[in-house]
Amino acid sequence: MTSRIVQFPITVVVDGERVQVPNGITVAAVLFNLGITAVRQSVSGQPRGPVCGMGVCFECRVTIDSRPHQRACLTAVADGMHIRTASHS
Amino acid sequence: MSQRPDAVVIGAGIVGAACAEALARAGRRVLILDASFAGGGTTAAGMGHLVAMDDSPAQLALTAYSTQLWTALVSELPSNVEYDACGTLWVAEDEEQMDAVREKQRTYADSGIDAETLSPAQLAEAEPHLRPGLAGALRVPGDAVIYPPNAALALVQRAVEKGAQLREGIRVDAIGPREVLAGSERISCDCVINAGGAQAPALTPGLPIVPRKGHLVITDRYPGFCRHQLVELGYLASAHTMTTESVAFNVQPRATGQLLIGSSRELVGWDASINRAIVRKMLDRALDFMPGLALTSAIRSWTGFRPATPDTLPLIGAWEEVPGLWIAAGHEGLGITTSLGTGQLIADLIVGQQPAIDPTPFAPARVLSTAGVH
Repeated sequence: MTSRIVQFPITVVVDGERVQVPNGITVAAVLFNLGITAVRQSVSGQPRGPVCGMGVCFECRVTIDSRPHQRACLTAVADGMHIRTASHS
Repeated sequence: MSQRPDAVVIGAGIVGAACAEALARAGRRVLILDASFAGGGTTAAGMGHLVAMDDSPAQLALTAYSTQLWTALVSELPSNVEYDACGTLWVAEDEEQMDAVREKQRTYADSGIDAETLSPAQLAEAEPHLRPGLAGALRVPGDAVIYPPNAALALVQRAVEKGAQLREGIRVDAIGPREVLAGSERISCDCVINAGGAQAPALTPGLPIVPRKGHLVITDRYPGFCRHQLVELGYLASAHTMTTESVAFNVQPRATGQLLIGSSRELVGWDASINRAIVRKMLDRALDFMPGLALTSAIRSWTGFRPATPDTLPLIGAWEEVPGLWIAAGHEGLGITTSLGTGQLIADLIVGQQPAIDPTPFAPARVLSTAGVH
């Protein structure tokens, strides 16, 4: 038995936790891989998550590097990026 | 309504709603008619700023009286009216404007309105997103914001609880002596109140009211971005001189955390389309005062039509040319604030009680002697 260890090149911080991810994927993909589906809350406090995956529905908005309301599905990861979702607060 | 109404109010915007509420509270049987639906016209397009405004002694008297009435009413309003006692900051760009701030403070003090001047450092602490280098501000803590369409509905509801009836989707064709004609209906009554806002002249020819178009932009939610209704001191010049086009810095925090950004004024008739050039000017003005707005997302913009009069004062009182007809219209950009004062004035005049403020400056008769001013 051999175990495969894949070392992804990009480090992002999701809700305070460091995560290694592949280059070129979107923030939405990172959140899916972590099992975070409720990324934000509606005005009335309902959980919301990505629907369209192509920048139209605006349901996947998260705070990226202190800028609120960034669409996770349209934002590619970058090394050192800080991502904050509603599951954090 | 099986019984003949005492009063028919035309227009269920916030001014008509306030008139209906005050008349119903005075024991009158009230019928409210709206061509569309309550609170859906100019009322729904505005910011919802409850503000003491001092461009003339009469305007200050009416706005001060009205904000007092709002303060007294707020505990009885449903939460969806979103009353927020955020106060107003009148922002000064230079020392000349600070002189005007100090004069404004004296004027307010003479009318019993609390206001304090803020130094540049105090202003920066109160609103960190304003640009550095401003000269200061006047803080008026008694001002507030509300969500106007729900406020209009709440006033209608209060009137209905006192026996008033609301009929929506009924367009009035004509006002006669103590009667209203709508389609095949002829509704007789003791008095008619034309609260049709910018559309009031369609039913009362000779009213010098014109639609004065405005744009608003609303952002996504940024809770805490600003805490007060922010208005540049130059707003009065923009609002209360009838130039064909002007913009002023005017930003308001909403209960949702959204920001309303205004304001613009244009005389272009009833063209409701978005004028991108003036929206750009309006946003440039806002960005000049609050550079951080550039990092926010605007999600929607829309237009509305303020009912503007030549002397910037509303028309409140009897219209002598038609027996039984009263006018409550022409409130320009102050109708949300002055609705309550207007409703109480109209009710007091109709039932023959002494109004709390002098109604003379608002008497519609003043425009009969200045025909052709519009």
